[in-house]
Amino acid sequence: MKFKTFAAFVGPSVFMMLLFIAAPLVSVFIQSFQVTQPILQQVEVETCTPGFLTQTCVTETKTVPVLDDAGKTMTETRWVGLQSYRNVLQMDKFWEAVGNGSWNDIMQIDFWKALRFTLSFTLLTLPLVIGVGLAIALAVNNATRSIRGPIIFISLLPFIITPVIGSLSIYWLFVGDGILTAMMERWTGTNISMFAQAWTIELLMYFYRVWHVAPFAFVIFYAGLQTVNMDTLESAVIDGASRWERLRHVIVPHLMPLIVFIALIHLMDCYRVFEEIVGFRSQAHVISLQWLTYDFMTPDDAGNRAISRASASAMLTMIGIVFLLILPLRRTWRDHKGSAH
Amino acid sequence: MFLKKIALAGAISLMGSAAFAACSYENTTPIKSLTAGFEAWKAVTDAMAECGNFQAELDQEFRTKQPAAFEANPSLYQIGGVSNGTITPLINAGTIRPLDDLVAKYGQNLTPNQLIRINGKIMAVAMMVNTQHLMYRSDILADLGIETPTTWDEVYAAAEKIKEAGVVDYPLGATMKSGWNLAQEFVNMYPGHGGQFFNDDNTTAVNSDAGVAALETMKKALAFTDPEVLVSDSTYVQQQFQQGKIAMANLWSSRAGAMNDPAESQVVGKVAMAAAPKAVADGAPATTLWWDGIVIAKNISDEEADAAFRLAMEGLDAETVQGANDAAIWLVNGYVPTEIAEGAIATATAAPAPPAYPSTTQMGLLHTALGNELPAFLTGDRDAAATLTAIEEAYTTSAKEAGVLK
Repeated sequence: MKFKTFAAFVGPSVFMMLLFIAAPLVSVFIQSFQVTQPILQQVEVETCTPGFLTQTCVTETKTVPVLDDAGKTMTETRWVGLQSYRNVLQMDKFWEAVGNGSWNDIMQIDFWKALRFTLSFTLLTLPLVIGVGLAIALAVNNATRSIRGPIIFISLLPFIITPVIGSLSIYWLFVGDGILTAMMERWTGTNISMFAQAWTIELLMYFYRVWHVAPFAFVIFYAGLQTVNMDTLESAVIDGASRWERLRHVIVPHLMPLIVFIALIHLMDCYRVFEEIVGFRSQAHVISLQWLTYDFMTPDDAGNRAISRASASAMLTMIGIVFLLILPLRRTWRDHKGSAH
Repeated sequence: MFLKKIALAGAISLMGSAAFAACSYENTTPIKSLTAGFEAWKAVTDAMAECGNFQAELDQEFRTKQPAAFEANPSLYQIGGVSNGTITPLINAGTIRPLDDLVAKYGQNLTPNQLIRINGKIMAVAMMVNTQHLMYRSDILADLGIETPTTWDEVYAAAEKIKEAGVVDYPLGATMKSGWNLAQEFVNMYPGHGGQFFNDDNTTAVNSDAGVAALETMKKALAFTDPEVLVSDSTYVQQQFQQGKIAMANLWSSRAGAMNDPAESQVVGKVAMAAAPKAVADGAPATTLWWDGIVIAKNISDEEADAAFRLAMEGLDAETVQGANDAAIWLVNGYVPTEIAEGAIATATAAPAPPAYPSTTQMGLLHTALGNELPAFLTGDRDAAATLTAIEEAYTTSAKEAGVLK
């Protein structure tokens, strides 16, 4: 292909990627080393607020921002080096807890608590998603042709649902007197509270994520199964290979690049787990790294938001994803180099 | 054909606006408002809409949108609905205007009690007060011969009896959803135990004996509440009441009206309101007083501000209040307090009276720190002393980042 044609096709998307991905990333990177504060002053303020019948007026010293002539809040921006990262990581508390050998103390530090959940969520759901996806794909592939269409449609449904809506539905089904909790209570005769302790919430989160993402793995694997070399399979049958041996030695090796691809996508998506936390209202028991960033970003009633810590936390999340992706990426790279010759 | 349709549509919409005879004039300036979404705001904005050319946005997430929307020039909304908690960022950024001249022009029906003055200038007009107070099933308490509790100790004693009687699923409901709601429970309880939130140098003073006492009082509730109480917000507690699952709760007075809504509630006429329970016998009710009201944006033309304020006064008139008397504890002339308001009035007029929610930049930071650190105490992962230390540390970190502490 001529370079000009290539550039004309790729140019717009490169431009978009620079504008919407690279530029914000650079800006977040810079902000994670800066702190922007309003210039504050102490002033006496008299505030009169209503009771039911009469007002009460209080005069107190308040810390308020200074406004410039145009009526804008005056701010100053300072470079603070790694201070925001220190504030997020809280390494001093972390090492102290490690020194005490107390796992519970480590889990009281927001970042490490979030990291623990995010990692176990990502790594535990990965084999489940691949396994369930492959199982559905094999089942559909072996189903009679006439019912394949409806089965594929039904299997895909969970993937179509918006993640927030999906997690809210699970919450409503299992909370307090949700339909499913009520049913389980009737069967077991005990009072069940799925959202009262961390492990049941986590279990529901794993279940929800696998239910939601497995169809994606299924579609990819199903497409892959259509390209399995029939000659190899038939010779395997003639050689007396059992169904399991055929799966183990013919089908899985053939699908390996797809498994790596799904692992890549899943690791990237799962490390940013967020909807489950908000949908399940699990903040008291379980938080994730992405939720931590969001919490820093959310303004409180007085309008404060911790932009610097949010930036640092976002950068840390990105670094985490890069670490997770190194292994599968190296494999893809090796395959790619191998096939290039 | 197309033109005909347009003309027809125009005629119908004109007829529509003419049909709304309730407004005393016709508004010609386009006005938009951003307010919270509860029942009282719906009544007020509906009344404003009767004058035409008005678009209301009712959004429970208004607090995160409002500061940025009002900072735009021109402001995205002319009218804002605020509470004493959410007016702070608007005042700090100077994005709302003093209303003295407009009150003089259109505010004949306002009472002095409604005018929120900051350094002498009227910055907002309040329409209602709100507070968390004790709501209880009067039928259950009467059956079991329990007097209306006035302190938290009495509440827990009553809860014990109700639990033994087994008449409801859980004796107590509580707005303890982790985050803002749970932090607010502490903000109610802590001053009730005589605690101060801040020292003079802006450091926080919650790590104190009063802090420990407040935490212990809060934790006692867990023996009587739904085990999932850390996900339960005001709406959830309201529904638990309406479905007859709980017998008592310290809940917002703005939720009281819903107890007698036959379309939603199975306990119509059975829920009574009393003053918020005290933390210590001779103290103030352990709650905070709130008001809700309107502000007018600064970054709009004077004509728009004039039209917006006039429209707001139309929304806050006696007619609106009479149409939705039980939706709130109104401060507007024409309000007739019913038994639903008894608890809120008893709370607000108690001696000593509970404090107003102390809204400042520091309080915003502390509220967030409380909301994030308190759950570990209630789940039992951390004791009271460690929790208060963690709150202090979290506040100090964010206060330094915000520039409040050096």
